[in-house]
Amino acid sequence: MANTQRAIAPMLRLPTAPDEKPYLVGHRCPVCPATFIGENRVGCGKCAYIGDLPEVRLSDHGTLYVYSIVHQSAPGIPVPYVSAIVDLPEGVSVRCNLVDIEPDPQKIEFGMPVDMVTRKVRERTEKNAHGEEEIIDIIAFFFRPRQD
Amino acid sequence: MRDVYVVGVGMIKFGRYPDKDVSQMGAEAGVLALKDAGASIKDVELLVCGNLFQANAMNAQKILQQIGQTGIPALNVSNACATGSTAFREAYVGVASEMYDITMAVGVEQMGKMGLLGGGARSGGESVEGVLGSGLMPAVFGQAGVEHMRKHGTTAEHFAKISVKNHKHSVHNPLSQYQVEVSLDDVMNARMVAYPNTLYMCCPTGDGAAAAILMSEDRMKQFTSKPIKIATSVLTSDPYTDRDLTMPDVNTLTQNAAKAAYEKAGIGPQDLSLVELHDCFATAELLHYENLGLCAEGEAGRMIDEGRTELGGDIPVNVSGGLLSKGHPLGATGVANIYEIVTQLRGQGGARQVEGAKAGLAHVIGLGSACTIHILTA
Repeated sequence: MANTQRAIAPMLRLPTAPDEKPYLVGHRCPVCPATFIGENRVGCGKCAYIGDLPEVRLSDHGTLYVYSIVHQSAPGIPVPYVSAIVDLPEGVSVRCNLVDIEPDPQKIEFGMPVDMVTRKVRERTEKNAHGEEEIIDIIAFFFRPRQD
Repeated sequence: MRDVYVVGVGMIKFGRYPDKDVSQMGAEAGVLALKDAGASIKDVELLVCGNLFQANAMNAQKILQQIGQTGIPALNVSNACATGSTAFREAYVGVASEMYDITMAVGVEQMGKMGLLGGGARSGGESVEGVLGSGLMPAVFGQAGVEHMRKHGTTAEHFAKISVKNHKHSVHNPLSQYQVEVSLDDVMNARMVAYPNTLYMCCPTGDGAAAAILMSEDRMKQFTSKPIKIATSVLTSDPYTDRDLTMPDVNTLTQNAAKAAYEKAGIGPQDLSLVELHDCFATAELLHYENLGLCAEGEAGRMIDEGRTELGGDIPVNVSGGLLSKGHPLGATGVANIYEIVTQLRGQGGARQVEGAKAGLAHVIGLGSACTIHILTA
């Protein structure tokens, strides 16, 4: 039996049926309408509307806004890697690792189209409701250059 | 609101003091500032202490326990890297509002060799640092610099020149944590931390403290004949901008603060003799040239190329050595900036003195975000 999968962050929704794809969620202000990535909010920071911000499904593609190449990080974090800000078509941006690209400024182009992929980044063992040990796969999202 | 003056400043050399505790360092800086003002702790009616990493330790009170438990109101503030400047502003508000005549601000921090700051983000128990990009400060300010490259064609070398300049300034500041000159090659070839910031383009962690004594005009006259006036004190938070929550926008709240400060003070960037600004990373300093109106948008690269912000240039920036050399013990930084401006306006800058300094601007940013600007005049 396959391991249970768990999203690394609530903004990532994993498939619950075989024909589904993973996606990111945001919340859109019904008034202004700014979009915020991640979980629901008390109100809108842009226009100060207070109330429910309906959930929106965000696109699995966008364009690279800016990046940094991280060469020094906390212990245990593999370097170098590209930390990137990706603009999504819904008018919201997301911070992510840019993968499948050389960590070299010469190889990274501003505005390049990028697509979301999900990968298992670690696993953890937890006891389930029956007291049995269960392995959980932690799934993260990444963006990579569009492959023609 | 009435006018407020800085009558005393004190600062201990930024560095590493593993054998001292936070309140001890704060008390030492406080005593230096009192001595500089010719005042006693018994004159002080309000003490504001800025400290970030031990914000729950009641350090303002602990300082009084070492230098005089006079029973005055004592309060502790934290506001990320703008902690010290926020403490200074609270002391300013105390006098400006006419609630107190004499107040004291102390900024103090003990970081030791803390390593990279920020990030450590967890989401539902899962660490996301290095998986969902980086929230650590070097990458955050790396991205802010890369945004400037994208918009204006700025190069890694432009940013590196900031580091060369501030290190050059630091050799004349005995209170600077590092007092070492570095060449452009040294900076460019140093270990990359987060592109485009190499090691010498990142401020160090460390320990330190600085303090200031603030007074109303009436009381000031009893202590000094050479007052330094606080022409304005501004604090802003980050307004909504498109990417701010994903990629902290350090620009807009600084632009807003600068606009308000110049308007309130009736002083424009062309009137400034010097600027101490928040160069936590070399990339940040370059952005703030434009944010503070020292040059037009997109012109900051040329500004550093032309040497305009060096000591001897038309608007020297960070003659203290800046955070890059002087150090950045978070809570102390904002008050240390005031220390430098006051020292310069008094003409006590020694080999780093800006000739004829009449007006100075101190700028601090705390990520999250808070921005303070104080303009002081001789």
